[in-house]
Amino acid sequence: MSAKDAQFTRMAERDRPRVRFVVDGRDCEALVGDTLLTALLTNGRRVRSSEFGDEPRAGFCLMGACQDCWVALEDGTRLRACTTFVAAGMRVVTQ
Amino acid sequence: MTERPPVIVGAGPAGIRAAATLAAAGLAPIVIDEAPRSGGQIYRRPPHGFARSYRTLYGFDAAKARRLHETFDGLARKIDYRPDTLVWDLRDGVMHCLSAGASREVAYRDIILAPGARDRIIPFPGWTLPGVYTLGGAQIALKAQGCAVGARVVFMGTGPLLYLVAYQYAKAGGGVAAVLDTTPFAAKRRALPGLLRGGRTFAKGLWYVARLRARGIVMASGIKAIAAQGEGAVSAFVYQDAAGSRKTIACDAIAFGYGLSSETQLADLAEIPFAFDSLQQQFLPQRDIAGRTPVRGVYVAGDGSGIAGADAAELAGERAALALLEDRGLAADGARVQTLERALRRISRFRAGLEAAFPFPVDVAAKIPDETVLCRCEGVTAGELRQSARDIDGGDINRAKAFSRCGMGRCQARTCGPSAAIVMAAALNVPLERAGRLRGQPPVKPIPLAVSHE
Amino acid sequence: MSERLAADVAIVGGGTVGCSTALHMRQRGVSVVLLERGVCGGQASGVNYGGVRQQGRHLSELPLARRAREMWGRLGEIVGTDCEFMASGHVKLARADAEITELEAYRDAVKPYGLELELLDREQLRSRYPFLGDAAVAGSLCAEDGQANPRLVAPAFARAARAAGATIREHARVIEIARDGAQFVVRTADDVEVRSGALVNVAGAWGHEIAAQFGEIVPEDVMAPNMCVTEPLPYFMVPNFGVCGGGIYVRQIPRGNVIFGGGKGVADREHVRARPIAGTSLAAAAQAIALVPRLRHAQVIRTWTGIEGYMPDVIPVIGPSRTTPGLFHAFGFSGHGFQLGPAVGAVLTELVLDGATPTPIAAFDIGRFAKTEAIQ
Repeated sequence: MSAKDAQFTRMAERDRPRVRFVVDGRDCEALVGDTLLTALLTNGRRVRSSEFGDEPRAGFCLMGACQDCWVALEDGTRLRACTTFVAAGMRVVTQ
Repeated sequence: MTERPPVIVGAGPAGIRAAATLAAAGLAPIVIDEAPRSGGQIYRRPPHGFARSYRTLYGFDAAKARRLHETFDGLARKIDYRPDTLVWDLRDGVMHCLSAGASREVAYRDIILAPGARDRIIPFPGWTLPGVYTLGGAQIALKAQGCAVGARVVFMGTGPLLYLVAYQYAKAGGGVAAVLDTTPFAAKRRALPGLLRGGRTFAKGLWYVARLRARGIVMASGIKAIAAQGEGAVSAFVYQDAAGSRKTIACDAIAFGYGLSSETQLADLAEIPFAFDSLQQQFLPQRDIAGRTPVRGVYVAGDGSGIAGADAAELAGERAALALLEDRGLAADGARVQTLERALRRISRFRAGLEAAFPFPVDVAAKIPDETVLCRCEGVTAGELRQSARDIDGGDINRAKAFSRCGMGRCQARTCGPSAAIVMAAALNVPLERAGRLRGQPPVKPIPLAVSHE
Repeated sequence: MSERLAADVAIVGGGTVGCSTALHMRQRGVSVVLLERGVCGGQASGVNYGGVRQQGRHLSELPLARRAREMWGRLGEIVGTDCEFMASGHVKLARADAEITELEAYRDAVKPYGLELELLDREQLRSRYPFLGDAAVAGSLCAEDGQANPRLVAPAFARAARAAGATIREHARVIEIARDGAQFVVRTADDVEVRSGALVNVAGAWGHEIAAQFGEIVPEDVMAPNMCVTEPLPYFMVPNFGVCGGGIYVRQIPRGNVIFGGGKGVADREHVRARPIAGTSLAAAAQAIALVPRLRHAQVIRTWTGIEGYMPDVIPVIGPSRTTPGLFHAFGFSGHGFQLGPAVGAVLTELVLDGATPTPIAAFDIGRFAKTEAIQ
């Protein structure tokens, strides 16, 4: 099975306005109503590195319980990706 | 002096019914919920502007979901609804609520806690890899975001949710690589009489299994998870089948879980005494069938004080609201109270059957390999927790937490807690309830240092 | 569950002081039973900030603190683990010019005790600790001070004491202390009775209750230090920071979490319950950000507190009873006992067994609270 570029696959609700944002300096696109987690994982397969062991993480519970999906913006802002909607111009750092 | 309005924490089925009941009695409750929209988890509402129908989103439960949502929406002018708000601490009749970066104090006289539940998981090798999610998480991705958590998903674990989510994915056209149940088929057959009492719920379950088989999806029972494999993200799931053979399935996502665990942090901060519930294998706040607790003015309803499902949550929410009204000296419909309590008792008997049909595999948790990460927040392995159990001269899970750091991370042991307790109990050679209970500490979820506060 | 034990020494209280006393007693070949109501290190010893510092102490505490510092440096040798002690330095910050004078005076006052402090001006602070905000105008560095993990220390002493032959009972609440001739007879809630020739009262915030039974009335109050911890952050702060006036203190552990405290939580001594206060935590968070601006992005993941004994003159009670031969006290460490704990155990052992200690402790004499009553 070939490596995929994105973790999440859109199955429905594709007819929504687009949102441009930046991940690790790279221009990306998402849709209005995506959580930041969805936005990140339709564009890749990680949202951060674990502090202990440096492994990649990509969220887990999607409901704000496990706290695995905290990400940083370039300006240092911290956001829990699964409970935050993606906004135009967000500049996220995942590495 | 104006009487303080009652407070309801949680806008899932329990909170919604509680709100409707109090509003009907002329009270204007404050309803606080973390999510942007009402519905809780099973009836979670997608963001505004999403297009799928109720039938598509909620299947058999479409009518129930619609009724609940419309009920709550219809209360708008009668209640003080505060979505996107986290109750992060409560003490002595004051709650601390975080919303939009600001913390506010809200005084309360009586409060109904209906915070719901989360998935209950058991770590296995590779479970922290990108691509591994909970069953609930997989369901949320589809329902609330219109996404599958992968193009080819292995569903694993046990419980009705396993079959429901796998079916929802298959129906939506998602790639379902396999549905793998840890419960041996024999256990389900033995539990059949208990399950049949569940009537419609059980019938639904059978239906999902039949539809999945009809699509030719690989289904297996009595499996043991071995590992998630992949470089940087999941690419395969390895398991042992009921015959003892090792199998590998290519996939790009795994969704797993073994039932649900109650969210009890606020109940703990409200200083409700806890007792060990052997059916759920978890310490739960003490409560009676009406939802009253030993703490005057504090009520509980729904899965947050014991897993019983969404139907029970609706009944419990209404019953707790009636208890609150009774305790305020206001009239409550005695006949309705009887009906609700009868229905709750019937559901609780069915739940016992369900647990027997889909038991939480405690033995699997006790045997998590030493090298497997147990606490994913802090990167603590099962072996490190076992070592701390040896180092602490017969202490309990709180001391082991201090020594190993297991449970000291951002999630305050929501994820690792049930398994960590089992690992501890096995290491100390004591029954699970003697391993101790991790106490809730404020804030119940992370809050910013830079919060402004009044 | 009736049980009868006998020992040379009974110790009431399983904090660092009690457990250190038990270990030192065993090293002198003396039999010991320690009774702890909850778990060893469950209160002040385990819930405090974790600062291991000599700087800032009342001068009367310095000889004891110097002795303790020597022990911290070889903790691994004493109890088998260093309890994550790091001599990372302690910097006390001035946020106003008047406070600089305070720091200079203190530096001069402690020189005779062998404590070397280095005054840092604004430029030196900026250069060494670029993460400090503009609030800090000067600082006093004690390079040999630092920090440790309070959760580990009392349990480590307890473990070492047990390995050396001490009997340590947790969940053993003392309900009665009586005398039978020259012996002490201590009884617990589940009917364990300990007979001993000497009694060491190291019962923390409850030490005054035991003292009162022997006619020694001391005004011991309680305090609950309100503590907070952040999520793990990239490691950037090595020293442990405090401020003149004591309102905020901040340290980071190598794993990345920043621990900070300031203000008081709620302590219920009678029911042995304590809670942090939300408003206090938020106020401390604001002060932490003012001190270290980059903390403004961090999340608080947990807050806690515990019950500490507090004396009106903010120094402990340490020494022999003034009314009862064989009875010795050490309690009321007023929020700064963590660093002293290991040494107080050594001092108590000397007092009990030798009748004297080389470490000056006259300032801590229980007799300073003159209101003793004749024993009934």
